[in-house]
Amino acid sequence: MGDRHPMTGNEMSGAEAGGMERHRYDVVVVGAGGAGLRAAIAAHEAGARTAIVCKSLLGKAHTVMAEGGIAAAMGNRWPEDNWEVHFRDTMRGGKMLNNWRMAQLHAQEAPERVLELEDWGALFDRTDDGLISQRDFGGHRYARLAHVGDRTGLEMIRTLQQRAVALGIDVFMECTVTELLKVDGAIAGAFAYWRETGRFVVFEAPSVVLATGGIGKSFKVTSNSWEYTGDGHALALRAGAALINMEFVQFHPTGMVWPPSVKGLLVTESVRGDGGILTNSEGKRFMFDYIPEYFRDETADTVEEADRWYEDKKNNRRPPELLPRDEVARAINSEIKAGRGTPHGGIYLDIASRRSPDFIRKRLPSMYHQFKELADVDITQEPMEIGPTCHYVMGGIEVDADTELSAVPGLYAVGECSGGMHGSNRLGGNSLSDLLVFGRRAGEAAASYCVSLGEGRPAVRAEDVKAAERDALAPFEVATGPGGGTENPYTIQQDLQQSMNDLVGIIRTRPELERSLEELRRLRERARRMTVEGHRQYNPGWHLALDLRNMLLVSECIARAALEREESRGGHTRDDFPGPSPEWGAKNLVLRLAADGSAVDLAHQPLPVMPDELKKFFE
Amino acid sequence: MGYTLKMRIWRGDQGGGDLGDYDVEVSEGEVVLDAIHRVQATQAGDLAVRWNCKAGKCGSCSAEVNGRPRLMCMTRLSDFDPAETVTVTPMRSFPVIRDLVTDVSFNYEKARELPSFAPPPRDADGKRRMAQVDVERGQEFRKCIECFLCQDTCHVIRDHEDNKPAFAGPRFFLRYAELDMHPLDTHDRRALAQGAAGLGMCNITKCCTEVCPEGIRITDNAIIPMKERVVDRKYDPLVWLGSKIGLRNRDNDGRSEA
Repeated sequence: MGDRHPMTGNEMSGAEAGGMERHRYDVVVVGAGGAGLRAAIAAHEAGARTAIVCKSLLGKAHTVMAEGGIAAAMGNRWPEDNWEVHFRDTMRGGKMLNNWRMAQLHAQEAPERVLELEDWGALFDRTDDGLISQRDFGGHRYARLAHVGDRTGLEMIRTLQQRAVALGIDVFMECTVTELLKVDGAIAGAFAYWRETGRFVVFEAPSVVLATGGIGKSFKVTSNSWEYTGDGHALALRAGAALINMEFVQFHPTGMVWPPSVKGLLVTESVRGDGGILTNSEGKRFMFDYIPEYFRDETADTVEEADRWYEDKKNNRRPPELLPRDEVARAINSEIKAGRGTPHGGIYLDIASRRSPDFIRKRLPSMYHQFKELADVDITQEPMEIGPTCHYVMGGIEVDADTELSAVPGLYAVGECSGGMHGSNRLGGNSLSDLLVFGRRAGEAAASYCVSLGEGRPAVRAEDVKAAERDALAPFEVATGPGGGTENPYTIQQDLQQSMNDLVGIIRTRPELERSLEELRRLRERARRMTVEGHRQYNPGWHLALDLRNMLLVSECIARAALEREESRGGHTRDDFPGPSPEWGAKNLVLRLAADGSAVDLAHQPLPVMPDELKKFFE
Repeated sequence: MGYTLKMRIWRGDQGGGDLGDYDVEVSEGEVVLDAIHRVQATQAGDLAVRWNCKAGKCGSCSAEVNGRPRLMCMTRLSDFDPAETVTVTPMRSFPVIRDLVTDVSFNYEKARELPSFAPPPRDADGKRRMAQVDVERGQEFRKCIECFLCQDTCHVIRDHEDNKPAFAGPRFFLRYAELDMHPLDTHDRRALAQGAAGLGMCNITKCCTEVCPEGIRITDNAIIPMKERVVDRKYDPLVWLGSKIGLRNRDNDGRSEA
């Protein structure tokens, strides 16, 4: 480990050859959110020498923002619930575009993954019988989300973090991977820099698990943190893996709209799960006007039935506020466009008139806190103003359902940066369970691949390390080159966010998507003239310049796929093709980087065929 | 509604540094972190600052605003007079890396010294049962977002660097208390809390509670009860006598020393 600080890597080993730090591991996990931590724990427990490499401090990853809960058919509140019902809800929520095998494994294994968290110290809210409590959420037939108030993500990440620390897994914090290193088509390691010092580090490892999260920071209004720059998506593309479903971006129906500085900040779906309703400026509970044919049989069509459902699920249907997120986000968008929005351009989300202040403070403590502190709104007394916010990308790295292996030997992907599990739209609560179920599977598969290699491990090539080093330092060089120094990474990022928001947002059309591709081309041009101030030590301008490469590449994938898919389904709504089409419903769009790295190639690929014993759930 | 905010931001590294003056446009509803970001985007591209969620949930953007330990994302500019200069400095108890970023590895070392949760086997049906009222005590402590502001403000280490090896700090007293109050935990960490973690050095001035952005009552609900339990075990004459004559103490049921 050289002089590196045992936990944070705060010291550098300058004495290493060429000043470059090197580490050998069996499995390197990139990302320390729920998926990365769970994968690392599994790899470690399978006997692999494992390292976690993450951009932030341990315990700060975006999982911490998850509020509502972990979907798992444990049957603690409704004994009728089981994996088959959960599987069906998930597939229907994703409009049948999900990888059926992933959805099946997810539904089957989620309960045990939740109980495991409890073994490791998680303190979930309880039922009266002392079991883990489960709450209602959109698209789920039964109350199914294991939760801790509205801070479930924090509980999950802390539990996994404490587990990883107890197991003694090495963590490289504030360390960013910029390139994957390959030999003969297989993974040999990863190249990274320490944010603190700006110095480089090479990881030699035959297995790399990508768990880098999403892409939301390419959009202006988003619930995502700065880390969500599509790193894993871009690393995988550059390494030769494929992305699927990139056109499907989830806009969460309820983000804060005011004050401007917190616009996009998430307001948990639990508000609706616990009884909150949506109303427009005329006071109308408008969701009853937006029940799609597809969900008509399972959705209440009167206020009375909707309100009875919270207590009696057997004889009543779900309130329309709890339709899947894509449906609710589109409805809110329509209401605002029709001029029935609130003063700050949102819609009202009202729980104050529906539940007692005590209930609200107990069930939704961080929402209470968030509105009180940031917007001067007391949610026990008045309604919240909310609107759609970019929240999650369904698309990601194409992987094998059972092992999370990508097209590149040794490269695994899990969590938000992987694709297939959620189809065209993710149900709330299915993300946290996705992280756990597939995190464990990826960690085990990565460890066993490593064992299968024996002594025949690929060795990192010196010229690849040199090339990665050159690319990482490029932003400093640009400024001094011809035409350089005229652009600032912060401005380019802002313009990217604005253009993705305006042109590749919740409702899309051909002309706008074409314009977005043109804009992206111009932004790539500008990025070549970008200047970075200062030196390599903890320099956010440089970090952003490197992240921008990934954001621009992944944004192009989103826009390309969105232009290609001529239908509306889940998180992809085309104004010019308003309905779903059976033909499009049978295929995925697959994106790869052309061999010379210059362009993104797009192909159509049929969906994997669901076996008959699972098809019967949809008859 | 917008105005020009006068800011002083500490710029520098381990070698030393100074407060720099910045005038930055701000608008209604903004927080200190917004102003810092604007300085970064328009005037000082290399201004180092740690942040993630910008929603008070991750605990990354800890700093001292006008000398007070705060999360920058939860400190609203409307709390200050528009004419007032807002001064932002890094947390003082930790070594500075650059600008507002400090080396908080002390906290990660302390976390490693703490024996983890040790539950008994699950119930026969593979589940575990706990009462809501019992988990709520620990849940209050698990609201901790690890911003380390309590550690920053605690004078035991803020003013006495040499105490660091022997003192885990409020954040970890919280963790000891959480595990001690966990309905299923089988370890007794009281000796450890008093010895290795230095619980006895805390003289309950409640500074940690005052700066906690999550409003956790660190002193009243974690530290003081923990101190009482340590003392009970050590000095209560009845408990002492009981242990000498082999009397069963329910507090030790199902628990062994960690």
